[in-house]
Amino acid sequence: MGRVQLRAVLRRVAAGVVVLWVAATAAYLAVLAAPGDTVDTLIGDGADTPQIRAAIIAEWGLDRPALLQYLDYLWRLAHGDLGRSYLLQRPVAEVIGEQLAPTLILSLAAATLGVLLALIIAAVTAGDRRPWLRRLSSGTELLLVSTPPFLIGLVLLSVLSFRLGLFPVAGDAGPRALVLPAVTLALPIAGLLAQVLRDGVDRALDEPFVLTARARGLREGVVLARHALRHALLPAVTLAGWLFGTLLGGAVIIEQVFGRPGLGQVTLTAVTGKDMPVVLAVVTLSAAVYVVVNTAADLVSLLVDPRLRRS
Amino acid sequence: MGDLVAVEDLHVTFDTPAGEVAAVRGIDLTVATGECVAIVGESGSGKSVTARTLVGLAGRDARIEASRLELAGTDVREHRPRDWRRVRGRIAALVLQDALVSLDPLRTVGAEIAEVLASHDIVRRRERAGRVGHLLDLVRVPEPQRRARQYPHQLSGGLRQRALIASALAGEPALLIADEPTTALDVTVQAQILALLAERLAAGLSLLLISHDLAVVAQVADRVLVMRDGRVVEQGPTDRLLRAPEHPYTRQLLDAVPSASSRGRRLSTTTTSARVELPTRTETRPTDTVLEAVGLTKRYGAHTVVRDVGFRIGQGETLGLVGESGSGKSTVARIVAGLLHPDAGTVTFERTPWTGIPERARRTLRRQLQVISQDPLSSFDPRWTVRQVIAENLDSGIARTDRTDHVVELLHRVGLDRNLLHRHPRALSGGQRQRVAIARAIAPRPSLIVCDEPVSALDVSVQAQVLDLLADLRAADGTALLFISHDLGVVHHLADRVLVMADGEVVEQGPVGDVFTYPRHDYTRALLAALPALVTAGRP
Amino acid sequence: MTVTLDGLPAGATVTTSGQAATRPRRRLDIGLLAAGAYLTVLLVAVLWPAALAPGDPLAADPRNVLSAPDSGHWFGTDNLGRDVWTRVVHGAGHSITIAVAATAIAVGGGVLLGLLAGLTHRVADETLSRTLDALSAFPTLLLAMLFIAIVGPGTVSLIIAIGLVTLPRHARVVRGLTQLVRRCGYVEQAVTFGLSRPRLVLRHILPNAIGPIPVLAVIGLGEAVLIAAGLSFLGMGPQPPSPEWGAMLSEGRNYLHVAWWMTILPGLAVTATVVSLTVLGRHWQRRLDGRQR
Repeated sequence: MGRVQLRAVLRRVAAGVVVLWVAATAAYLAVLAAPGDTVDTLIGDGADTPQIRAAIIAEWGLDRPALLQYLDYLWRLAHGDLGRSYLLQRPVAEVIGEQLAPTLILSLAAATLGVLLALIIAAVTAGDRRPWLRRLSSGTELLLVSTPPFLIGLVLLSVLSFRLGLFPVAGDAGPRALVLPAVTLALPIAGLLAQVLRDGVDRALDEPFVLTARARGLREGVVLARHALRHALLPAVTLAGWLFGTLLGGAVIIEQVFGRPGLGQVTLTAVTGKDMPVVLAVVTLSAAVYVVVNTAADLVSLLVDPRLRRS
Repeated sequence: MGDLVAVEDLHVTFDTPAGEVAAVRGIDLTVATGECVAIVGESGSGKSVTARTLVGLAGRDARIEASRLELAGTDVREHRPRDWRRVRGRIAALVLQDALVSLDPLRTVGAEIAEVLASHDIVRRRERAGRVGHLLDLVRVPEPQRRARQYPHQLSGGLRQRALIASALAGEPALLIADEPTTALDVTVQAQILALLAERLAAGLSLLLISHDLAVVAQVADRVLVMRDGRVVEQGPTDRLLRAPEHPYTRQLLDAVPSASSRGRRLSTTTTSARVELPTRTETRPTDTVLEAVGLTKRYGAHTVVRDVGFRIGQGETLGLVGESGSGKSTVARIVAGLLHPDAGTVTFERTPWTGIPERARRTLRRQLQVISQDPLSSFDPRWTVRQVIAENLDSGIARTDRTDHVVELLHRVGLDRNLLHRHPRALSGGQRQRVAIARAIAPRPSLIVCDEPVSALDVSVQAQVLDLLADLRAADGTALLFISHDLGVVHHLADRVLVMADGEVVEQGPVGDVFTYPRHDYTRALLAALPALVTAGRP
Repeated sequence: MTVTLDGLPAGATVTTSGQAATRPRRRLDIGLLAAGAYLTVLLVAVLWPAALAPGDPLAADPRNVLSAPDSGHWFGTDNLGRDVWTRVVHGAGHSITIAVAATAIAVGGGVLLGLLAGLTHRVADETLSRTLDALSAFPTLLLAMLFIAIVGPGTVSLIIAIGLVTLPRHARVVRGLTQLVRRCGYVEQAVTFGLSRPRLVLRHILPNAIGPIPVLAVIGLGEAVLIAAGLSFLGMGPQPPSPEWGAMLSEGRNYLHVAWWMTILPGLAVTATVVSLTVLGRHWQRRLDGRQR
């Protein structure tokens, strides 16, 4: 049994590595395929001097055969070398490293909040015990997933900060400044996850094993928590990748709205300034995180569902 | 104290979007301590609803009315959820069909059994593991400690069902309600489970058995209630009910059961198929071979599912293929149908090679060999109406204007009316769907029809009609059948010769009378011994 | 069998056969009616904006800046004194055109690639699927930004960016549907009728695999509206003074503390559009599921 499980784990990790490789290649090709001279693309709006051009050609090996360039790029990537920003005249890894912490804190806070909220909503509204509450919450969820996250942020800002003055308008000073951005980012996540979870709970509640569990004299709460919710977690876990994408993409905009420093600012500045190496690094990095998150989610599924452990 | 279950004038009504549906319309039911009562009926008869009502699980939309509804001497009509929780598992426990879905697939069977012990505070935490082992031992699960740590999908169907029963017995209930407890099981396993239930019964447990199968309940029940459309049409001691049924419906149900003794007789009383003049069936051995299989072998990885299977089917002959699940009979069917390539061996159809050739070469003969599957609905394109479904298989030479007429004629032959032409198959009943599938199969006048469990999903009376129809068509057209079934009775009823498969191999074959009367192989003997037989003396 | 679409903000599952996703709902469908009514008005705003707002969306009125909603200006005026209602109505054309064009690219390309992967044999399928998997690893918004960083901002690059980044998901769904249909009983049954492969594909596989696609397109359209709003909020779409919804939100943001209507009201137009499209899409999908049951 142990060996079967190890094989299942290894297979998923291998699949993750393949996806990562294809993703890195795709990002690389995107830059090469960009119209115009590759050196121009890489400089973007940065200072354009013969020295810098020479440095780019040397660093990217643009004077070498295409295959070698590509292998070299992969090699550097595998060693964590994300290249150099010609706009900022600094290594990309340094730029990103500096701004990683605020975004990470925001994302983690939002993810925790969103998942908790979704679990509570799903547990309270699943089944047909409280039809009105269920209808109310599914309406709210629809609203949350259909509203641009930044609009949610702007509404919160307008009411809670400008009107009531409860929270700071901008910046990242202290935990109070974290509340609104985290809530803003968490609400759409909670909306979608709650839908998926409740759907899963509903489905599980119709299964014969739930009838059997009830026939054992279990309390409804136990049936829900021990039997139904576990089954509902399976489809929700597969959304981990999506969740992460929403967080990163959302962070870019939300950091704007709330004037927070972070990866979002960096990305936006890089995109508007055509600072290609930074954009490329952010995109590749996000793909890497996605793969890690997704592989982890697959492993969690293996843990939750013994049926998946067969080869 | 009197009866364990005492029900008088029970009504269960469901409030559905389509209006009120009365599932149970005034039944009386008693189960005495240590007694086994069976409720028998076809789908929609209200038997399962009755069973669930007794543990308060008829459903949220159910409205329950009764002049008397008592469990162990307590009136349960006004029970609130917390009162019901004390009943469930302790006074009355429920066992459902297939344990693969009735036990939580994400939890070990040990955890499922321990859950009952925990929720009713039956034994202390430390002693639970020991008690779980004891319970599994009680239901004759070998190596109970190891099995307790396994998940339902890791156990065989029989072991799973035993574990499910163990979880129901954990609360030491006075009454066990078993709703189709053996339906998903192979016949030999079914016999074991029935023996287990009989053993518990002897140990003092009361049983309420719910089943569609009279033969099954006859093995253990003291009394039988026959339900139809929410009412009890007849009840009485098992023996009397089987020997001298009073109600026509009971008689009809008994007549509908295919078996050795029903050969050559019609099973259904209602003739819904257009009667064709039946030529007297000649028992002479057909000479022309329609299909011959030699040395068929199929492997999946290291696992050989079919090994060296060979047989021949003569013109107009019906070859029965019986075996339990995993015997490889469906794989053989798919190879014969040309949907699967064997790893070794050949099939010759109409004296032409049928295997080892490209699909293109098979296409010209395809129409001569048709397939009827267990689940007709999935074999119909979901976008299509009955007319389109059947017309697809008409000869492409038939003019567009005549096609509908041909479809109507085919519908008549299978006993369906032309007003079904523009209906979608999903709006039809199970029996009607299978008839449509048959109409489609006979459209090109094939010389062989492969029937893969064509009646196993049907109620016994509908099954009877479909079997009669197949017999009629066979007689009229001289079509050969390869009839695959797990049901020995059905095969005995319909087949000329029979092939018994076990673990991918043919263990015995020969004329159906010989094989079933004088089985030579141990496996065939075991199968026959496990078959629950209806003792219906004085009946044909 | 249910195909889960990661990244879909709403209506995240597509049920293609038997199982009921949820218990039947019994409510008077006021939601559906409201969604239909809103989408009708929206269509008018796209095709003939003058019918709803005869004014000029670019006409500034320096004497009447940042005035709150009243009978003269339903939605108030902005920092240049332009009528917000007129701008929202005329903005529908921009926003919806971008979303429709992007969805057309995504669904069209997705169907093509998906069918290709779903109908061909192992090697081609494996290559295509892996590539699509890998492309799905990029967060949609970031990938779109990468594209815009390369080609520069503007309406056309916004359309292409959104179309390209949502394409892989559509392709994966179509591939999944195709494979599902290929394994269905009726396809195998049709083989026994002696149907040739092209006929099998044309008569049974294609129509059944493509059936749910309009539904996906409707729900995808809602998503495109959302992404478009986000990107143009960041200044990567139509440039001012175009009355595009996302751009309006971006402009209004600076006046949030004095004129909430400049931001919130165009924002509500976005939300109402996405909600209506999702309601419509889900309803349609439920009907489709019901028909296949």
